[in-house]
Amino acid sequence: MEKKIVNINQDDVVIRVDNVSKSFGDLHVLRDVDLQLFNGENLVVLGRSGTGKSVLIKLISGLLKPDKGNIHVLGEVVNQLDERELRNLRQRIGFSFQNSALYDSMTVRENLEFPLVRNKRNLTRTEINKEVEEVLEGVGLSQAINQMPSELSGGQRKRIGIARTLILRPDIMLYDEPTAGLDPLTCLDINSLINQVQEQYQTSSIIITHDLSCAKMVGDRMVMLLDGKFERQGTFEEIFDTDDERVKPFYDYNFID
Amino acid sequence: MGRKIEKLLIEFARIHRFMMSFLREAVSPPYEFKEIIRQCYEIGWKSFPLISLTGFIVGFVFTKQSRPSLEEFGATSWLPALISIAIVRALAPLVTALIASGKVGSQIGAELSSMNVTEQIDAMEVSGTNPTKFLISTRIIATTTMIPVLCFYVAGIGLLGGYLSISAKDDISILAFFTQVFEAIAAKDIFAMVIRAVVFGFTIGFASTYVGYYSSKGTEGVGKAANAAVVSSMFLVFIEELLIVQLLSLIG
Repeated sequence: MEKKIVNINQDDVVIRVDNVSKSFGDLHVLRDVDLQLFNGENLVVLGRSGTGKSVLIKLISGLLKPDKGNIHVLGEVVNQLDERELRNLRQRIGFSFQNSALYDSMTVRENLEFPLVRNKRNLTRTEINKEVEEVLEGVGLSQAINQMPSELSGGQRKRIGIARTLILRPDIMLYDEPTAGLDPLTCLDINSLINQVQEQYQTSSIIITHDLSCAKMVGDRMVMLLDGKFERQGTFEEIFDTDDERVKPFYDYNFID
Repeated sequence: MGRKIEKLLIEFARIHRFMMSFLREAVSPPYEFKEIIRQCYEIGWKSFPLISLTGFIVGFVFTKQSRPSLEEFGATSWLPALISIAIVRALAPLVTALIASGKVGSQIGAELSSMNVTEQIDAMEVSGTNPTKFLISTRIIATTTMIPVLCFYVAGIGLLGGYLSISAKDDISILAFFTQVFEAIAAKDIFAMVIRAVVFGFTIGFASTYVGYYSSKGTEGVGKAANAAVVSSMFLVFIEELLIVQLLSLIG
């Protein structure tokens, strides 16, 4: 299933990663990385496991600090913000974790209410309920409202995780391996949901994945992390139209084997 | 050697930052009252069965073990006074703290560590919620308030155990026993008990949340955090007991 073409304003950059490096001890994960995310686009970051894809979005959300370089998000330099400023900015960034990261001691309703009541303290109970029901309906899981995360399937957990980030109406979505560990049909559902979120909430998104079917279905543009750097970028066809031995096996494994 | 010292200094800096962060979040609004009450219930109410049994046994056994020494001097009538001072001044806070270190400390350490492993703490941070306020402050406040409550309860149940031990051999009414107990206890003994319990409660909360929050990733990290929470809490409680005894004897 191909991605619908959406209008992307290339003059409006919502995330700009400038010359960023990040190491963990002697392990250099990212080396002088540059990246831009345009308003309204879905940007897929491809790469093998351990190449620093997740580190990149943790740097963007301020969970990690770069060793070198700057990260601009919605006009703010993330790595120079204090705690309070960072918390305010994060309300505009949704982060969908690889393992959903649902609060396992809370019901689905409480999971969704959690960020809402802490960031929008003037909401009434009726307004909170309305928001929760609306966002749950959006991900097609209205019936799960009183269930515990342990009672949900992997795909349902992913959906609730996405719903929890959407409840704050973010401008930017960061998806960390959204289809990891899911069966092919559930992957399709999640991919459709990512596209639906882009259209319905007008988000700009970075999708971290090594699943090429997902990349093809959700990405407006793609970049590939190779040896700590973005060495290839463009459309799906442009990325894989190469004899580069570091890239070819990636395609072959996903579509030929 | 230099690297070890560097690591130690980094650890101290992190503990200092953690403490400052807790103090800032504990006093600044908005307050997480609902979560504090939930934690008080988890830490306090759910510890009652274990604390009751332990407190009773400690009072009973301590009284039984003390009898022969007093019998040598024909002073068994002093047993209520002796056990009341021992239980109120030292045993109740120490026993409560040690039981809480094991039960509450491991629970907090494992819970926060598993939240860390499953990225639930990161999820809180990226959703604009302050995990220090919600996870750390609430638990430390709950242990600091509930350990003194449990301590008073242990003192009461320990004295009851002491009474049953005495009444098995001597003919003494419960009223006469508690009259002697309250005659022996001074206000400064109660004060010493409360001080100990508050310090121990804070220590258990702080040490357990710290090791849980900064645990290493992976399932092994959860086990290590639970273990480290118990060991560090108990170790610190004993060190503090030593210091408090010295300090109180200086004050008189």
